Amino acid sequence: MATTAAAQTFPQLLLEHAARRPDAPALREKEYGIWQTLSWAQLAALVRELAHGLADAGLSRGQHLVVVGENRPRLYAAMLAAQSLGAIPVPLYQDAVAAEFAYPLNNAEVAFAVVEDQEQVDKLLEIREQCPRLGHIWFDDARGLRNYRETGLASLDELRERGLRHAQQHQGFFEAQVQAGRPEDVAAMFFTSGTTGNPKGVVHTHATLIDRARAGMRFDKLSEREEVLAYLPPAWIGQNIFSYAQWLACGYVVNCPESASTVSIDMKEIGPTYYFAPPRVFEGLLTSVMIRMEDAGAFKRWLFGRCMTLARRVGPALMDGQAVGALDRFKYALGNVLIYGPLRNTLGLSRVRVAYTAGEAIGPDLFSFYRSIGINLKQLYGSTETAVFVCLQPDHEAKADTVGVPIEGVEIKLADNGEILVRSPGLLKGYYKNEAATAEVLTADGWYHTGDAGFIDAGGHLKIIDRAKDVGRLRGGVFDGAMFAPKYVENKLKFFSHIKEAVAFGDQRDRVCAFINIDFEAVGNWAERRNLPYAGYTDLAGKPEVYELIRDCVEKVNADLAQDERLAGSQITRFLVLHKELDADDGELTRTRKVRRGAIAEKYGVLIEALYAGRSSQFIETAVKFEDGRTGSVSADLKIVDVRVFPAVKRAA
Amino acid sequence: MAEKKIGEVILDVKNISLSFGGVKALTDISFNVREHEIRAIIGPNGAGKSSMLNCINGVYQPQQGEITFRGQHFKHMNSRQVAEMGVARTFQNLALFKGMSVLDNIMTGRNLHMKSNLFLQALRWGPAEREETAQREKVERIIDFLEIQAYRKTPVGRLPYGLQKRVDLGRALAMEPQVLLLDEPMAGMNVEEKQDMCRFILDVNDEFGTTIVLIEHDMGVVMDISDRVVVLDYGKKIGDGAPDEVRQNEDVIRAYLGTSH
Repeated sequence: MATTAAAQTFPQLLLEHAARRPDAPALREKEYGIWQTLSWAQLAALVRELAHGLADAGLSRGQHLVVVGENRPRLYAAMLAAQSLGAIPVPLYQDAVAAEFAYPLNNAEVAFAVVEDQEQVDKLLEIREQCPRLGHIWFDDARGLRNYRETGLASLDELRERGLRHAQQHQGFFEAQVQAGRPEDVAAMFFTSGTTGNPKGVVHTHATLIDRARAGMRFDKLSEREEVLAYLPPAWIGQNIFSYAQWLACGYVVNCPESASTVSIDMKEIGPTYYFAPPRVFEGLLTSVMIRMEDAGAFKRWLFGRCMTLARRVGPALMDGQAVGALDRFKYALGNVLIYGPLRNTLGLSRVRVAYTAGEAIGPDLFSFYRSIGINLKQLYGSTETAVFVCLQPDHEAKADTVGVPIEGVEIKLADNGEILVRSPGLLKGYYKNEAATAEVLTADGWYHTGDAGFIDAGGHLKIIDRAKDVGRLRGGVFDGAMFAPKYVENKLKFFSHIKEAVAFGDQRDRVCAFINIDFEAVGNWAERRNLPYAGYTDLAGKPEVYELIRDCVEKVNADLAQDERLAGSQITRFLVLHKELDADDGELTRTRKVRRGAIAEKYGVLIEALYAGRSSQFIETAVKFEDGRTGSVSADLKIVDVRVFPAVKRAA
Repeated sequence: MAEKKIGEVILDVKNISLSFGGVKALTDISFNVREHEIRAIIGPNGAGKSSMLNCINGVYQPQQGEITFRGQHFKHMNSRQVAEMGVARTFQNLALFKGMSVLDNIMTGRNLHMKSNLFLQALRWGPAEREETAQREKVERIIDFLEIQAYRKTPVGRLPYGLQKRVDLGRALAMEPQVLLLDEPMAGMNVEEKQDMCRFILDVNDEFGTTIVLIEHDMGVVMDISDRVVVLDYGKKIGDGAPDEVRQNEDVIRAYLGTSH
C-alpha cells in the first residue's frame, strides 16, 4: 500500500509513486464539464519542468515561493517543484485582500510567486511597491491577462517552456536536487491568521508533516484507493494535510472542483471516501436537506419522520458496534433502502469511509444526525503548530463532546492551569523569524503550549473545554476550587434550539449563575403551537412557561455536567432570561457574535448581584440602540429561578 | 494595463432613415464601428436605439441609407444572413428557451456551425455525433468563461434574472461573432450584477477581440467601458465621440437633463 521509508521528502514520495505506478491517477480537475485526470507520471513530468523553470529563474535552496489560489493541480505541482529545489512554498489565503499579503511577503523575503488568475495577479501588482523583492509572478489561468505588460509577469506555460530549455542543458539536475533533500529541511510555511498583531509564519519540515500524515494514515487505515475532494483554502494546514501531505504519503487521488460554486455537484460526482469539513459545512448541508423536506409531500414527510426517529434511536449504536435487536436491525435496513441511502447519496457522502470535523464545537444533534444515517463522522484535535493530527476518534468511539484519543507518537500532559501541552514528532520547528513567540509556546524539552484547556476523560478521550485564559476557579461553596469553563457551559446551552446566547458567571464566586437569551424565532414558534399569546420579545422572554422550557434545558445541561467530577462544579444553580437580545450594536457581542463577558458584566451588574444575592426578581432598565441610530430603553422586572443541581458522578477507578 | 489595438472600420452605417408609416424612428443616422472597439449607442427612451440595432441586425429594412459590413453592403439581407456574416445579438427582453437547460440554450447558438443534416442530428449518429462533441467543447469553454458551471443543467427559467442575462450573452458568444450587438445588457440589474456584466463585456472584448456595439440606459456604465459613444435623441444623432467629449456636449446634456424654458 503506502510508500516505503526510503522516500523522506515530498518530492521523493512523488518520484516513488511515479516510478511504481506511473499510470495511476494522482489529481483530477473538472474542466469544461469533464473530469480531467493527471497521472503520477504526468504529474512528475510537470513538476520536473516547473522545477527546472524555477531554477532557471533563480529560485534556490532555502528561498520562499508564495502560492495563492484555489486548489488547482498546477499550483500543487508548483509547490512540489519548489520543494524539489529545496525552496519553501508559502501558501497564502486566496480570499485575503492585497494589503494582507504585504506582511508575509516581506517577512519571508519573497521574490517569487505562483498564483491562480488575474484576481491574484492584480493583488500582487497592487502591493509590489511595498514588496520590492517580488520579481517574478507566474499565473495559471491567462484569462484577462493578455494585455498585461508588467516586468516579471509570465504564465506557467512560459515557465514550463523555460524549464524544458533549462532541462536540455542540465541533464540530471532535477533528480540530483530531489535526492539532496533531507527530511529535516523546511517543507512549508503556513501563516496563522492572528486576530491581534501580525500573522506568524509556522515553519514545518518534511519530517514533521510526513510523520503526522503517516500517523493519521495508519490510524484510519487509509490506502491509495481513497478519493478526496480539495475544496478548502490550500493555505489552511488542514487542507494541506488532507490533500497534499497525506495525498503524497498514501498516494490516493485528490479531486479539484470546477469552481467554489460547484462543490456540492462535484462532490456528488466524485463521492469522496475520506472527507473533512468544519461543523458549519455539515450544518449547511443538513439545513438544505431539511428545507427540501419541508417542501415534500405529506407521505414523504411522514416516512422521513418515521425513519429519522428510528435512525436516532438505532443508528449511533450500530455505528458504535453495539448490540442491536434483530427487529430494529431489520427496520434500519429498510430505512436504509428508503431514506438513509438516498439521503447519503444526495449529500455526496455515500462512499465516505472516514469523515472528520474540527475547529469548533459541534452540536450533539448535528453530530448524531450524520452518524445515525450511517456516515462515519468523527472529530479530531490539532492545529497549525501540531501539523493537525494530535487526537483522533477511533471508529467505534465517536462522541460529540470529545475530540478523540492521542494517536501514535503523541504525548499529552496538563499544565497546572488546565492547559493542554502536546509533545509529538509533528510539532512546528518554530515561528519564522520570531524567537520570542516560539519560546512562548515551545518549551526547551519539546512541549507545545496549545492555549486550550481540557482534560482526558474516563474513556481516555481528550475533552477540550475552553481557551486556557478564560478558565476560572470557584471559590467557596460546595465545589470550592473546582474548575469553571464558561464557554463549555455556554456552548452546551446554545446547542438547544430555544437558546440563542448564554453568559455564565462563576470565576472567583461560590457557584455558577447564567443569563439566557431565548431564540425569538424558535421560542416564538413553540409558543404559537401551544396557543400562548405574547406581545413581543420582552413579553415572551418573561413568560413563566418559557422559564419552564429553559429550566428544562438548563437541568439537562447540569445532568450532563455532573457526569464528570471535574465539570460538576460548573453546574448552573440559578438563571434568568434576559429581556433583550444581546447585540453587537449595543457592545454586548463582538462582530463575529462572541460574547463580550466584561462589557456584559459591567452593564448588567445589578442582575449579577441579584443572582448571587438570592433575590427572586430584579427590575432593570437598559438603553438600546436601534438600527437607524436612535436610542431607546427597554425595562422589565426579571424573574430569577433556581435549578436542580446534581451530585457529581464519581469516576469508577 | 496596455493599450488595446483598435483596427479599421468594420461596420459603417450611412444616412439611415427608418419610418413606420408616419412615425419617423430614425432620421439620417451615420456612424461607424472600428474593429475591436466597444461602441455604445445611448439616448433617452424612444430615441431609436433599439430600432438602430434592429437595422444593423437585419430585422428592420431601413427606407434610406446603407450599412456596410467589412466592405459588403447589406441592404436586403434577413437576420439569418446577417448572423452568418458574423453578427450576433442579445435581447432587451430575454428571448431564451425557459424550459431548456443552460447548456442546451447555449448549444442553440452553435446551430449555424452545425453542418450535418437535421435527420442525422436527430439520430445523433455518425458525423452528427462527432460534430456535437466538437460543438459541446466550444460551449463548455463559454460556460467556463462566464462562470456559470454550477448551473449547466439547470433550466433557464429557474435562474435569477442576472444569470439569465449571462446565459443570453453566452448564446450570442457561442456564434463566435465578429460583432456582438448587446441590447441593454444591464437593464433591470442590481449594482453587483451590473459590475459583473461590465467585467464580462470587457473580458469578451479583451479575450476574443470581439467588436461590441451596446445600447445602454445607464450613463455611468457606458462612459466607463466604451471607447466611443453615439448619442441619439428623437431618432436623430446629437453626439458622437469619446465618452469625455460626449459628456461635455451641450445637446447631450440638454437631452438627458432637460432645459429650463
